Amino acid sequence: MSAPESFQAIIVGGGLVGSAIAWGLAREGLRCVLLDEGDIAFRASRGNFGLVWAQSKGQGAPHYQRWTRYSANAWPELARELADAVGADVGLHQPGGVHLCLSDKEMADRADRMAQMAREAGNSLPFHYRMIEAPELRGMLPQLGPSVVGASFTPYDGHVDPLRLLHALHRAFTGAGGVYVPNAKVERSDAAPRDFRVMAAGRVFEAPRVVLAAGLGNAALAPEFGLSAPVRPQQGQVLVTERVAPIFTMPTTSVRQTMQGSLLLGDSVAEVGYDISQKPAVMAEIAKRAVLSFPFIARLNIVRAWSALRIMPKDGVAIYDQSERFPGAFTANCHSGVTLAGAHARLLAPMIAAGQLDGMLDPFSARRFDVRDAA
Amino acid sequence: MYATRPEARPATVEVFVDGVAVMVPAGASAAAAVLLAGAAAIRETSISGAPRLPYCMMGVCFDCLAEVDGAPNVQACMVAVAPGMRISRQRGARHV
Repeated sequence: MSAPESFQAIIVGGGLVGSAIAWGLAREGLRCVLLDEGDIAFRASRGNFGLVWAQSKGQGAPHYQRWTRYSANAWPELARELADAVGADVGLHQPGGVHLCLSDKEMADRADRMAQMAREAGNSLPFHYRMIEAPELRGMLPQLGPSVVGASFTPYDGHVDPLRLLHALHRAFTGAGGVYVPNAKVERSDAAPRDFRVMAAGRVFEAPRVVLAAGLGNAALAPEFGLSAPVRPQQGQVLVTERVAPIFTMPTTSVRQTMQGSLLLGDSVAEVGYDISQKPAVMAEIAKRAVLSFPFIARLNIVRAWSALRIMPKDGVAIYDQSERFPGAFTANCHSGVTLAGAHARLLAPMIAAGQLDGMLDPFSARRFDVRDAA
Repeated sequence: MYATRPEARPATVEVFVDGVAVMVPAGASAAAAVLLAGAAAIRETSISGAPRLPYCMMGVCFDCLAEVDGAPNVQACMVAVAPGMRISRQRGARHV
């Protein structure tokens, strides 16, 4: 092992969550090192769908709804600062988005969900939504199929190119003096309050702050730092069509057109553990729903398909914590690395730099999972 | 998946590459016909409009995308020629 290399923050995890925080810390002027495991990792950041999506997040958890909205609001600023820092166009397009409903029951369920979100939002940051019936919706998306009954719409939603985003964050981070270390799986760590040592890639890094953003890897890593990160893998699959001329004015939950013209079809959910094999039955279901939504998709060639693992906290809501035992150690865990990139870079990173999570993040602590003693 | 090299047999099938008649051996691919015809390009890419010709000839690179008998974005290396086949330039992304 070589001599320790000193930094002001060590970020473990080079995916979207770690990179957004790392960029935010570097922009705050901290000297940071970003440790990226390598291609053996599951790399949710390279398999995701690319939505910036607020309308489905935080049902029953108003703090999560608010945090997601803050992030959606912060997104234009993040896109601008990445353009300024490294000339990157991450393709942010945030015109609002729709969740399509293919039956009266889906429409009624969706209306209930949206109404609950609006109730829970309260008046401080009102949740504006509309349930749009098919005739009006066809004016917005003329390619809709006859099976579409309607949709929910919120004006906060959009999409980006997630690979360009990841690349831009890395470039912005290193451009601001950050040190990126690839193939750096954490081999050992020593924790003391505001005094951490991490061994990786045959090197030793020390810093008064460590941020655990290792996705599914956080589950095993967090206890080393007096933290807890109960996350599990949840599989999603994506189909990709050939490129076509621009056709959609806005993204939907399950079909979106990339800035290069491909259509991404997705939104599947499967609880299969650490399994990234693709399942024809799931792929068929994705394709079927896409064709019911937009019949022209049946004529397109599928050119790629993949599956990836979401990082799903036990209750679906993001987890943020600072260690009580070892202050200076933080975790960030969520399945929405794209949507929450705005909040991670522009809100969370300054809190970590200041050494204190804002009170609005208290409900996100993993302490919510602690078993309470029976009275 | 594997096809005989086109020059191994006599050219007996007439196809049209961007409107120009060319004789190719039976069983050759539409991409081979494009190369035999000496076309300058068979597609213009969907982002920058750069001209492209067939490259990998085995279904991987998608640089031979062409309009074949009116169908857009066909991988020309993956279809065999047929008498009278019309292979035309794919100009940018297909429209739907």
